[in-house]
Parts: sequence; C-alpha cells; structure tokens
Amino acid sequence: MENNTVNVLVAGVGGQGVILASDIMAEVFMELGYDVKKSEVHGMAMRGGIVTSHFRFGKKVYSPLIKEGDVDILFAFEQLEGLRWLNHLKPNGKIIMNDHKINPPAVNLGEMEYPKAIPEIIRSKFKDFYLVKGTEIALELGDVRAANVVLLGGISKFFEVKEDIWLKTILNYLPTKVHELNRKAFFAGRDQIY
Amino acid sequence: MRKIMSGNEAIARGAYEAGVKVAAAYPGTPSTEILETIAQEYKDIYAEWSPNEKVALEVAFGASLAGARTMASMKHVGVNVAADPFMTLSYVGVCGGLVIVTCDDPELYSSQNEQDNRHYARFAKVPMFEPSDSQEAKDFMKLSFEVSERFDTPVMLRSVTRISHGKGIVELEEPVIPPVSIEIRKDTAKYTMLPSYARIRHGVIEGRFLKLKEFAEQFPGNRMELNDPSIGFITAGISYQYAKEVYPNYSYLKLGMVWPLPKNLIGDFFKKVKKVYIVEELDPFLEKNIRAMGFKPKGGKDLFPICGELNPFLVEKGLLGKKFKPPKPALKEPLPPRPPNLCPGCPHRGLMYVLKRLKVYTAGDIGCYTLAAYPPLSVVNNNICMGASIGAVHGMAKALGEKGKGKIVGVIGDSTFLHAGVHPLMDVVYNKSYATIIILDNRTTGMTGQQEHPGSGYTIRGETTHRTDFVELGRALGIENPRRINPWNLEETEKVVKEELERDQPSLVISEGPCILLRRAFKNYNKPLQVDSTKCRGCKACVNLGCPAISYQLVEGEMAMTADGKKRKGISQIEASLCPGCHLCYQVCKFEAIQTFEEKPIFGFETM
Repeated sequence: MENNTVNVLVAGVGGQGVILASDIMAEVFMELGYDVKKSEVHGMAMRGGIVTSHFRFGKKVYSPLIKEGDVDILFAFEQLEGLRWLNHLKPNGKIIMNDHKINPPAVNLGEMEYPKAIPEIIRSKFKDFYLVKGTEIALELGDVRAANVVLLGGISKFFEVKEDIWLKTILNYLPTKVHELNRKAFFAGRDQIY
Repeated sequence: MRKIMSGNEAIARGAYEAGVKVAAAYPGTPSTEILETIAQEYKDIYAEWSPNEKVALEVAFGASLAGARTMASMKHVGVNVAADPFMTLSYVGVCGGLVIVTCDDPELYSSQNEQDNRHYARFAKVPMFEPSDSQEAKDFMKLSFEVSERFDTPVMLRSVTRISHGKGIVELEEPVIPPVSIEIRKDTAKYTMLPSYARIRHGVIEGRFLKLKEFAEQFPGNRMELNDPSIGFITAGISYQYAKEVYPNYSYLKLGMVWPLPKNLIGDFFKKVKKVYIVEELDPFLEKNIRAMGFKPKGGKDLFPICGELNPFLVEKGLLGKKFKPPKPALKEPLPPRPPNLCPGCPHRGLMYVLKRLKVYTAGDIGCYTLAAYPPLSVVNNNICMGASIGAVHGMAKALGEKGKGKIVGVIGDSTFLHAGVHPLMDVVYNKSYATIIILDNRTTGMTGQQEHPGSGYTIRGETTHRTDFVELGRALGIENPRRINPWNLEETEKVVKEELERDQPSLVISEGPCILLRRAFKNYNKPLQVDSTKCRGCKACVNLGCPAISYQLVEGEMAMTADGKKRKGISQIEASLCPGCHLCYQVCKFEAIQTFEEKPIFGFETM
C-alpha cells in the first residue's frame, strides 16, 4: 500500500450530487483497505451556492481538509467551479471537469460575465486536463441526476480499481429502478477518458 | 464492523451504544443530523424535535431524573437558548447520564456568530470532551455518559463543523445496558434549587470539580505523543489533525478533554519538550488557562488566527512565520461569486418583493428569508438571533413613535416563530405596540433541510400530530384579526400588508406558502414559463426578483429591437429545467413578455 495520501477536491454547485459522488469514492477506497477521510459543508451552501467536498485516502489520514496547494485531482462538476479551485491544485495536478455551466447570480443579473473559454485557460496552465460531457450524457440517458455517475465513471479511470467495485458501490447508493440507467452512465463516463 | 460515518452519525451511534433512551434537539447547522440519524436508525430511542433548545434540555433533564441516559444536541448558539436550564442543571447533577452536544461553527458556514462554546464548560463547571474525528466522536459520546453518572454532572461534548460534517471510519460496537434503573425517585434537596438547597449544591459542585481535575490527569484521551522533543504542540479536536498533518514528527499533548485541564500532565509536557506551541481554533481557551497555570508556551494566538477556521495551511503558515512560502496561485483574476440564493419558486420571494416595493424597514430573523438581504431584493435590514425580529420591531416602534408608523415590519419563519417568537408577540400585544409581524409559514424548518416542528403537523419520525394554528394562536395572544396571504399573489400580498402596516394596533399576517422543496405540500408544480423574445424590452423587472431560473443577456444587431420596433439592450431568459412555475415573473412583467402555459395564469400552486 502506498504511504502517500491522495487528495481529491470535488467542487460543484448545490444539487449536482457532489457529496454523493465523494461518499461513493470514500466507500470504494475503504473497501480496498485504505484509511479515508472526507469533509464538506452543508447548510446555506445548498441553496444554489458552492459545494465542495474534500476526499483523502492513504495509509493513515489525519486532516479531513486538504492543504491549499496539495490537491492531486480537482474533480469539478461545473466549469466556473473548476476555475475557482484551480489554485488548490499541486503544480502537476490533474483536473477532470464536467463540460457544463451554471450561471451564478451576478451573471444572471447581467452585472458580471461568465468567464470565457475556461477549458482553454485551464489547459494552458495544467496539461493533465480532462473534459467530460457529464451533464450532456446524463440528459441523453434521460436523467440529469446521473451526471455525477458519468463523472465518477470518468475519474474511475485514474485509479487501478476494478470496474465492478466501483459499480457495486455506486449502485448500492441508488434505488433499483435507476440501476440500469446509472450502469450506462458509469460506462459512458469511463469511455470519456482515454 | 467498520463503517464510514460523519461525526454527527458517530455521535448518534455513540448515544445508541451507550443505551440512550430519550434524545431531544432543535435543528441547527451543523448539529441537525445527530437527531435525524437517531430518528432514522435507532428506533429504540425516543427522539423528538423540541420547539427550542431550552425545551430540549429540559426534556433531557426530566428523562435523567427518571434514571434514563439522555441527551440534547444543538448548534453553538442553541446553547445560549438552553443556558438557563444548563447553568443550574450543573448544580443539581443527574440521575441517568446526561450529555449536551454543542456543535460550533468556526468560519460561520451557516451561523450568525462564531462563539467558542468551550467557555460554557468553564462557566457551568462541567466537564467537556472534544473529539478529533468520527471514531472519537462515538467513543467520547459513550464515555460522556459514564463520566456523567460517575461524577453526577451533565457533560458537554463539543463538535465543530469539520467534525460534524467530516467523515471517517468508525468501528461499531453493540449497545450497553445502562446501570441506572428507570423509576420515580424523590430527592427534593438535590433537585429543587431553592436558595437554601442551592447554596449547599454550589459547594458540592466545587468539590466535584476537584475530582474531575484528578480524572483529567488519568484520562487516557489526554495523551502525550513524544517524538522529536524540539517542538511540541498542545492541541485538541480538529486542530490536532491539522497540526499532525503538517508536522507528523513533532511531539504532541493531545487533549480529548478540554475542561477541566490536566495541570500535572501539561507540566510534564513542558518539561519534556523544548518549545511548546498551542494550536486551537477560535479563542485562546487552552492558551489562557495554561498561561494562568504559570506555564509559558512559545506561541499560540500570536501565530494562529482567532477568527475563522484553522486548516493545515494556516498551521504551517503560523509556525513558519516569515519563512513560510505560499504556493504560487495559478489564477489571479477575480471570479463571479456564487452566494446561496432563495430557490426558484420560493414562497419568500413574493413577500420580500412586496416589502421592497413598500420601502419598509424590515427586521429579519433566522432562516432562508434572511438571504433576501442580498441584492437584488436587498430587503432584510437586521438579524441577530432566533425570534429577535418581533422584539426589535416592537422596540423600534416605541422609540420612533409616530415617525415609525407604517414603516417597520418584522418577518419570521414558522419554525423560528414557534422557537422564540411567541413571547415577543405577546409583548407586542401586552404593551400596545403598532408593530406589524409577518409569519412566513412554509410548513417546515427550511434552512436546515426540512425538519418538522409543532406547526408542521408531523413528528420527527413522520407521524401525524396536532398542528399549531397560527391564526388561533395570534388571537389567543390578543391579535384582533390575524390575516392570511398567498405570497405568490403580489397584488393581494401588497394590499393586505399595506392595510396592516397602516393599522394603529398590533397586527399579524401569516404568509402561507410551503417551502418549494417540500414535495408533500404540492399537488404538482406548474409548467415552466417562457420569455417571448419578440416582446421582452430588457427592463429587468423579472431579473430583479433574484430568481436563479431567470437570467439577463445582452443582445446586438437584429436582436436589439422588439417585434414592434422598441429598442433594447438585452433580454431575459427562463431556464425551464429550474422553473417550477410560480408566476411571480409573469406578474411583474409590464410588457406581457412572459408566457404561461397553464390554461390561465396560476399565482402560486395547488397545495395540500
């Protein structure tokens, strides 16, 4: 087992399933025998605000919070949120981002502009960057709520963990009637990373 | 068996394993999930949402008198509400073990202040345990009941947001059978705090405190981890994890019990370690008490911030000082913020829009509606604590006299009103105020994630129960004619609120609109509305409702003109996937540019 702790920062907007996705990752790595810790904030943040979840695994994990600048993987569910947490990444960190935009209030009101060309900005600073059509694929499959499972499919490619461990854990969290749809979502997400 | 649990789930599990029989709470971030977990997972425990924290603690007191292990959980400011029973509960002690869980909120993720409740343990002379992860949350919870019974004292367990909402692996155990039998016992001199009896009890608790100090010296949760002796940290709770993360090889005195403090153990640590630093979040609680013992730490609050949450970054920065090199930011441009917002379809939006139109001074209270303080609504003008809106409006009215008539209003949610609003409303009537109070009855405790309360008609476990009638309650307090409004109907809402503001008597308006997320209250949502881009003038009337479903976009060329030739700079859009069809935007549009797809416009919803 590796000694080094792996740090994943999951970032998105309230209602996108950020917390469920990090719960599932924690469960997967506990099953594999790692120590896991995670941290997130509930409450006001859920009213359309920013949601982040820090997820860490390793031999022994102390802090549930990742030190600024120590994120190994930034797992962004929305473009602006991907950009917002960029400064928390290690210089050689990896980014996997949902190709999706949700306007914050100042943009809705016409007071500020939604930043342009976010994928290009990120790519110019970090070469290990992956864009996943999470929301788009979930909508094609018929349920936008499956976007987080598409994205989990994407991030699962970065770890040497068997597909069925991921799938079993994901489906455990979901009602039987949406299993088939989420199975498809997971594999469609995996296909996005190559 | 091992399970990933949040600190709150682990606290609930600890209560279950300790054999708790009665658990009471009022919801409050970050404590809410403790009672929710008990209600969902541990059916043998009687669980209730009490109307407020004071009641919750009194319920726990009663259960303890009967010999049961019992608990009350609350957020940090909830302890202020429960402080009255708490301070004297310390005097009378317990029969069955009693634990008060306080969940503090450093960084104010969802709170009105950042108070450090360790001071309460010292203030009330009771022991306090502070876990540093989920496993300890469960272990210390169980231990707290033993300590409570052994020393005849209520015990406080302190969590913070990062413990309550952080998750880690917990080893599960079977529940124990508590040692105290459950029956009626009479011990009047111990439990009846007449001055003559209370004087005696004061002496007793001072003696108890000395015994607790001895316990703190022996308690294995106060432990030294001696490594590199050049630098040592005295720390507790989540701060321990942050320090350990950055400096795993230095020495530690990790305190699991933060009150009373183990003086001898601390002295030993100072002897064994060259330079001692005290790392703690918020106030210099450990530091001041340790300095008062005569020890001289090398650093504490001079290095680590007093405001906000600590984290590994701040611990490293504090210790290294000028030698600290922060990582270079990859991005420097400011980004649009994303503050929390009233949901699309929220019943508060219509009322707040009307209050804005009426240009009244609005005293706010604790709940989602305080978000209307943000632009574009910019309505709420003050907010300090649960129930304060009503007393504040009354006091302003008395100070302003004629000058304030028709110009001030208090808004308070249904759950908040039942928590702390009944008495101030009684005062409004009793002392002949002209205050206008609006109860925003959304039939749930919205901000904390939809918990039941005495006005919702359901218990914590979803059983139906009596539902407090706000109109009847208002009448009983002496309000002549409490009025009901539909907050999604702007014209009606404005008319009624205006009439009530003009009355020279106390008045009460009940704004009846269920929380848009409370599915059971709605027969169905309406069809999403749409902006007719040929008619929209880009006046932003709908945009200024602050609805997340409505956005404004600049337009150029051909698009910069309506079909009938009126110039425009931009147009509104409605995101159909977000719109539940409340029709507020339909009502504020002067150009008939917002289309409804219902047979006729519905101002609000068909509710149940």
